Amino acid sequence: MEIFGVPSALLGSQLLVGLINGSFYAILSLGLAIIFGLLNIINFAHGAQYMMGAFVAWIALTKFGVNYWVALLLAPIVIGALGVLLERTMLCKLYKLDHLYGLLLTFGLALIFEGVFRDQYGISGQSYPVPALLEGGVNLGFMYLPIYRGWIVVAALTVCFGTWFMIEKTKLGAYLRAGTENPQMVQALGINVPLLITFTYGYGVALAAFAGVLAAPVYQVNPLMGSNLIIVVFAVVVIGGMGSIMGAIVTGLGLGLIEGLTRVFYPEGSAVVVFIIMVIVLLVRPAGLFGKS
Amino acid sequence: MQMKKLITLACSAAIAGLSGTASAQISGDTVKIGVLTDLSGTYSDLAGSGAVLATQMAIDDFIAEAKPSFKVEMVSADHQNKADIASNKAREWFEREGVDAATELVTTSTALAVMKIAKEMNKIALMSGPASTPITNEQCNDVSVHYTYDTYALANGTAKAVTKQGGKTWFFLTADYAFGQALEKDSSAVVVANGGKVLGSVRHPFPASDFSSFLLQAQASGAQIIGLANAGADTTNAIKQASEFGITPKQSLAGLLMFITDVHSLGLKSTQGMYLTTGFYWDLNDATRAWSKRFFDKQKRMPSMVQAGQYSSVLHYLRAVKAAGTDDTAKVMAQMKKTPINDFFAKNGKIRDDGRMIHDMYLVQVKKPEESKYPWDYYHVRQTIPAAEAFQPLSESRCPLIKK
Repeated sequence: MEIFGVPSALLGSQLLVGLINGSFYAILSLGLAIIFGLLNIINFAHGAQYMMGAFVAWIALTKFGVNYWVALLLAPIVIGALGVLLERTMLCKLYKLDHLYGLLLTFGLALIFEGVFRDQYGISGQSYPVPALLEGGVNLGFMYLPIYRGWIVVAALTVCFGTWFMIEKTKLGAYLRAGTENPQMVQALGINVPLLITFTYGYGVALAAFAGVLAAPVYQVNPLMGSNLIIVVFAVVVIGGMGSIMGAIVTGLGLGLIEGLTRVFYPEGSAVVVFIIMVIVLLVRPAGLFGKS
Repeated sequence: MQMKKLITLACSAAIAGLSGTASAQISGDTVKIGVLTDLSGTYSDLAGSGAVLATQMAIDDFIAEAKPSFKVEMVSADHQNKADIASNKAREWFEREGVDAATELVTTSTALAVMKIAKEMNKIALMSGPASTPITNEQCNDVSVHYTYDTYALANGTAKAVTKQGGKTWFFLTADYAFGQALEKDSSAVVVANGGKVLGSVRHPFPASDFSSFLLQAQASGAQIIGLANAGADTTNAIKQASEFGITPKQSLAGLLMFITDVHSLGLKSTQGMYLTTGFYWDLNDATRAWSKRFFDKQKRMPSMVQAGQYSSVLHYLRAVKAAGTDDTAKVMAQMKKTPINDFFAKNGKIRDDGRMIHDMYLVQVKKPEESKYPWDYYHVRQTIPAAEAFQPLSESRCPLIKK
């Protein structure tokens, strides 16, 4: 059977691959959306933090023999702690200033991080093996699905919806949302808002590092892996609506699917399709699909 | 007034004195070599700081062997793979800093830009890094040398060998820019000429990180061979993901441009059995091993063909300056073309009138992990492709300098 001249098996497999890539977009844009929502900081270091998450996993494995599953927990903690340090020493000085300052600072930091790793490890990248438990694949009839890719979708969606649940349905989340709306009032009610902000930045960064560990066995671990991805992720956040949690998740997955389809019908356009959608969304709904204007 | 005249006179005398030395055969008594390369991007492992080191080694070796009466200096800069940065830097070097030759120039677009400036300013461009054939065809000129390899030689080595060994049906995964398209075009021609068939191709954006969609299309084509007409991180990611999706070993991959740094980065497990064409392998013979060991001691990596070619081209240039007794561009170019190149990199290498340096190329196959006995022991050399066969014959040249 064919759909628009493309065999349906190929189309099905491309949609699945799109969903896998969409999972990465979702988890990265979720971190960005949380950080922007509460801190009003456009975190340009997000790509570098994703890259460092992958490197922590690789260093842990090759130097200390720490396996994938431990790294999946360890890397977010290490990089998240680094995020907390950055927030306390630098970002906290910028909240009263224009967005642009936060963007410039985090962009500068991203360049420094990438430079340090490039100097240490070169550019060709390091190989990280797929963990033994997730090796191999299953034949779905229309495609051969590597088990690890399936795991990416499961892990990313679990973390995404867990985060959504925490923010939208728990008391801690209620504090967070209140802090976004009116920090002075929340502070007056006796809640430690600066601590909340520090925690939020740390968590957003930890999400990036988590995505980095998920990506390590699939892509070469290389110092520029984040900068290739981050621009698309920013577009996802803009399309979803800056600061919208569910918007980031749904848009991430949706754009992954659309990109997947573009790769079948017009592969040359697959790098720009996200930006074309961004332009259209900005023209029609400037606040983004899920944003409140 | 008298005083002013005196000063003017003294100044003119001083200037005359200066130009007196300048009229000696080497301008400023210094030969200055500029290394313009990618020090921070995708190609910085295969060229980059290693190419700067190779240049310094060539200068040191030249001074030790020839004890020249002139000084040799080196400057280096990062062109970031951007043609505009490369041409601005080259112009500054040639105009203001007295650079005699701009060298390395990895990435075709930067090479083509700098060649034009070199021609305009009557200086020399020595290219060990870039790959595309237009450098010695449509865009050729008489102040440029294309040294290490090109897309014709790569296609002619790898695509020919793989097709002859029974890989008759091909599907190309091509980086969507000038280099990828040139490599696909040259390779398709070789496949067809050797009785193979090209079933299709897919153009991916450059750079890309996820190749699963493109690989699934290649898989669906049912071709025996998936030709990777890309380079650097694109190639390594595509190879890694092909094994993940179970595409290899059912279908085989042919990396049309792979460097030893790529094989090192991926590891032998995912590259074993692949054929590739290279202008240099560190473990060929005693001479290559000796030089590469010196390189390794400083860089902690074995040299790529670009870095080895860089050493050889700079040394050949300096020897030509010494032999000609001048750094005048036309005379040095004539001397370089006249003298055969014999060092650890090339045996009887020769620079043709289109600027192409022809030398033997090697078809190699990546070893299995258990066959690798020591660090960087990666290749079986399957065939030496003689210089005359490896490169595009002059009869097919599209270079206006070649009279037919």
